[in-house]
Amino acid sequence: MTRLNTFAELEQWRTQAAAARAQNEKCVTVCGGTGCRAYGSEKVWEAFRAEIAKQQANVKLNYQVKVTGCHGFCEKGPLVVIRPAQIFYTRVQVKDVPKIVSDTLIGGKVIERLLATDPQTNEHVVHEHDVPFYKHQSRLLLNMNGEIDPTRIEEYVALGGYGAFAKALSNMSGEQVIAQVKASKLRGRGGAGFPTGVKWETCRNQPGEVKYVVCNADEGDPGAYMDRSLIEGNPHRLIEGLAIGAYAIGAQEGYVYIRHEYPLAVKTLELAIKQAEECGLLGKNILGTKFNFTLHVQLGAGAFVCGEETALMASIEGRVGEPMPRPPFPAEKGLWGKPTNINNVKSWSSIPIIISQGADQFAKLGTENSKGTTIFSLVGKINNTGLVEVPMGVTLRHMVYDIGGGISQGKKFKALQTGGPSGGCIPESLLDLPLDYENLNAVGSMMGSGGMIVMDEETCMVNIAKYFLDFTKFESCGKCTACREGVRQMNTILERITQGEGEEGDIELLETMGAAIQDGALCALGRTAPNPVLSTIRYFRDEYTAHIQEQKCPAGVCKSLITFYIIAEKCNGCTLCARNCTEAAITGELHQLHVIDDAKCARCGVCREVCTHDAVGVR
Amino acid sequence: MGIELAQVDTIIDKHHADQRALISLLLDIQDQFYFLPQEALERVADKVGVPSVQVYQVARFYKAFSLKPRGKHLLTVCVGTACHVRGGERLVDQLSRVLAVAPGETTDDKLFTLQTVNCLGCCALGPVMVVDGTYYGKMSATKIDKVLSKYRNGEEVADDD
Ligand SMILES: Cc1cc2nc3c(=O)[nH]c(=O)nc-3n(C[C@H](O)[C@H](O)[C@H](O)COP(=O)(O)O)c2cc1C
Ligand code: FES
Repeated sequence: MTRLNTFAELEQWRTQAAAARAQNEKCVTVCGGTGCRAYGSEKVWEAFRAEIAKQQANVKLNYQVKVTGCHGFCEKGPLVVIRPAQIFYTRVQVKDVPKIVSDTLIGGKVIERLLATDPQTNEHVVHEHDVPFYKHQSRLLLNMNGEIDPTRIEEYVALGGYGAFAKALSNMSGEQVIAQVKASKLRGRGGAGFPTGVKWETCRNQPGEVKYVVCNADEGDPGAYMDRSLIEGNPHRLIEGLAIGAYAIGAQEGYVYIRHEYPLAVKTLELAIKQAEECGLLGKNILGTKFNFTLHVQLGAGAFVCGEETALMASIEGRVGEPMPRPPFPAEKGLWGKPTNINNVKSWSSIPIIISQGADQFAKLGTENSKGTTIFSLVGKINNTGLVEVPMGVTLRHMVYDIGGGISQGKKFKALQTGGPSGGCIPESLLDLPLDYENLNAVGSMMGSGGMIVMDEETCMVNIAKYFLDFTKFESCGKCTACREGVRQMNTILERITQGEGEEGDIELLETMGAAIQDGALCALGRTAPNPVLSTIRYFRDEYTAHIQEQKCPAGVCKSLITFYIIAEKCNGCTLCARNCTEAAITGELHQLHVIDDAKCARCGVCREVCTHDAVGVR
Repeated sequence: MGIELAQVDTIIDKHHADQRALISLLLDIQDQFYFLPQEALERVADKVGVPSVQVYQVARFYKAFSLKPRGKHLLTVCVGTACHVRGGERLVDQLSRVLAVAPGETTDDKLFTLQTVNCLGCCALGPVMVVDGTYYGKMSATKIDKVLSKYRNGEEVADDD
C-alpha cells in the first residue's frame, strides 16, 4: 500500500478503487460475521472458491468470492448474495454450492428452495432488499456491511470512505466540525443519549495540549451485538469517525476499548488500523497536513462495569475497573488526568455520515429530540432474529411484527426488554409507543446500547427480574454500599419469591429499596439496577402476587413452584422421555401411559423438550 | 508445578513491559497456559514494575481470568438474556448435573471446565455453547451427550447442523 501525501492522491486512489470495484461487480458475497461463521459459513466460501475454480475449466465465469461482515439477518445464516443480480440465498450449506454455481452463476436461474419467504404471503423473495426483514429498515450505519470486504481498505475508499475526514481536514476548522455535529443533534448511542456535539465542545475547550478520544466498544449489554457487527463489517468508518473527532477536539491519540469475547472484531480492527497507517490516514502528517493521530486497541477482560466510562478509563490505564464519582467528567479529567472524549461505536460511526451528507440531511431522520437511526438487535423469542436499523420514532409493534415477523412457535407475546440490566420490560399495551430516548425512559426502561429481547408467555417476569439482579449483583464492583448491599438484598427477596417463600409486603419492600438504590448509588450501574424489578412490578404485578399468595408460577418456570406431569390423552408410551430422564423419575412400559415421580423429578424440563406429542404438561 | 518463564518473558516483551498493556498481557498469558500461574503473575509484576498486589487485583477483578488450572476442554455456555429466555439456564443446569461440577469448576478427570458468559453476540443461534472455540447453536439438553462424547473420544470435529 502506498502512502497518500495529499488530498488529491486520496481522490485519485478513490477513482481507481471505484473502477476496480465496478469491474469486479460479479461476485458471490458470503457473510463472514460471527453468527454466520458459527453456522459454518467459512466452509461455504471455501466451497465456492473451489467449485468456481473447478467449473471455470469449462466456462469462463469471472465471479469472485467476497467475504463480508454481518448482514444482520442472523436467523437465516449462512447468507449468500449473488451480485450484481442481488439474488439472496439463506441457510446455504456446502452441499448447495455446486448447484448454485452451475444453475445460478452459469445458468442464471434462481434456486427457489434457498430463497427467503415472506411470512405474511408465504411467497419466495428473490432480492435481499425485498425481504420484509430488510424492507422496513433504513440502513445508514449498516449500509456497507454485506457490500464490502472489511479486510480491504480500498473497498471502503471506493464507496467514498475517508472523504468526510479529508473534507474536515481540508475545508473545516475544528469548531466548524463541532458545529455540524451539534446541528445534527446526534445523541450518544451508548445508552444515556447525551448530545455528542456538546460533549465534544466541552472537551475541545479544556486547556492543555494532550487530549484523548476513546471508543467504547465494550458492549456489555447481553443480547446486543451491533457494535461488534459494525466493527467486523466496516471498521474503517469507525476509524474515520475517531479521526474526525480527534481533529475537532484537538487530540492526537485515541483508544478503542473492545471486549476480548469478540476475537474476530479485534482482529478486523487491528488489521484496519494497520492499513490506515500504511496509507497515511493515521499517523504523522496525515494527508500532508500538520495533523497527527495514532489509534490503539485495548482489550477488556469480561467486566460489565468497564462499559461505564470512568471504569473504562481505569481499565485502559491497566488498573481494576472501578467507577469514579463524576464530576470531574472525562471531558475535563479523563485518561491519565487529561481531557478525554468517550463515545460509543455507533456514535463515532455516525460522524463520517454527518460530515459528508451534512447535518441537515442526518437530522431529517428521526423525531424532534432523537435524530438519525438506531440499531437494535432483535433477539429472544422472535421469528427473525437479527440486527435492525430504523429511524428513531418507529413503533415497537412495527419492530416486533413487521420486521421481526412475530413471536416464534406461534406463542403469545408477553414483553419486550430494552436497556439490558439497566432497562425494563415493556408490556403489550405499550407496543404502539414510538421509539426514542424519552419515551423509553418514561415507561421505565431505557434505550441502552440496543438489545431488544422479546419474551413470550413462557417467560416468568419474576424470574427475569431475578436474572438481571443476579447479573448486577455479580457485576457490581462493590465500591458503594447502595449497590453492593442494596442489590444483594433485593436479590434475596426475589429469590425467596421464586422459591414460593414470598411474604405479604415483599413487593412494597422491593419498591422502596429500588427507589433508595436509584438515589444512592455511585454510578449508573447501581442507579439503574432496580429498573428490571420496578418495571416488572409496574406492568406484571399479578405475576408477583401469584408467586407470593398462591405459590404459583403462571409461566411455568420457577422450579420450586411447578410440577411436571404426563397428559394422559396425549401420551402414546414411546418411552422417549423416560430414556432421557437423568433422574430416572419417569416410569412406563412401551405403549403404556408413563408417569413422573414428583419426588425424584429435578424439574429440568428435558422430558418436555424431547416429547414429540406435547404430552408433558407443567403446572 | 513449574512453568516456562521464558514463554512469559516473550509475552511481556511483546507488550514492551508496558503497564497500559497489563490486561492484554495477562490475556495472552492465559491463552498460553489456560490459566494464570502464580509464577507468571510474579514475573509480570517484576518486569512491568507494578506491585504484585496490583497484578493480583487485576487478575481477580476481570472475569476472563482464572487463577486455577483449567481442564483440557473449556465449555462456555451463554447465559446472556437472549439465550436465557430460550433455555440457557436449563442447559447450564443439565451440564452441571451431567458433569457433576458447578459453573467455574473443573471435572475430576480434568477433562472439562464449565463456565458461563454473558452474550457471545450470536443470539440468533441461542442457546449457544462454545467448546474450545467451536460454536454449538440451538443447543438443547438432549444434544449435550452427543457433543460431550465427541470430546471424550478425542475427536474434536465441528458439528455442522
Ligand atoms: C454499567 C454501565 C455499562 C455501560 N456499558 C456501556 C457499553 O457497553 N457501551 C457503551 O457504549 N456505553 C456503555 N455505558 C455508557 C458509558 O458510560 C458512556 O455513557 C458512553 O460510552 C458514552 O458514549 P455515547 O455518548 O456515545 O453514548 C455504560 C454505562 C454504565 C453505567
Ligand atoms: S445472549 Fe447468548 S449469544 Fe447473545
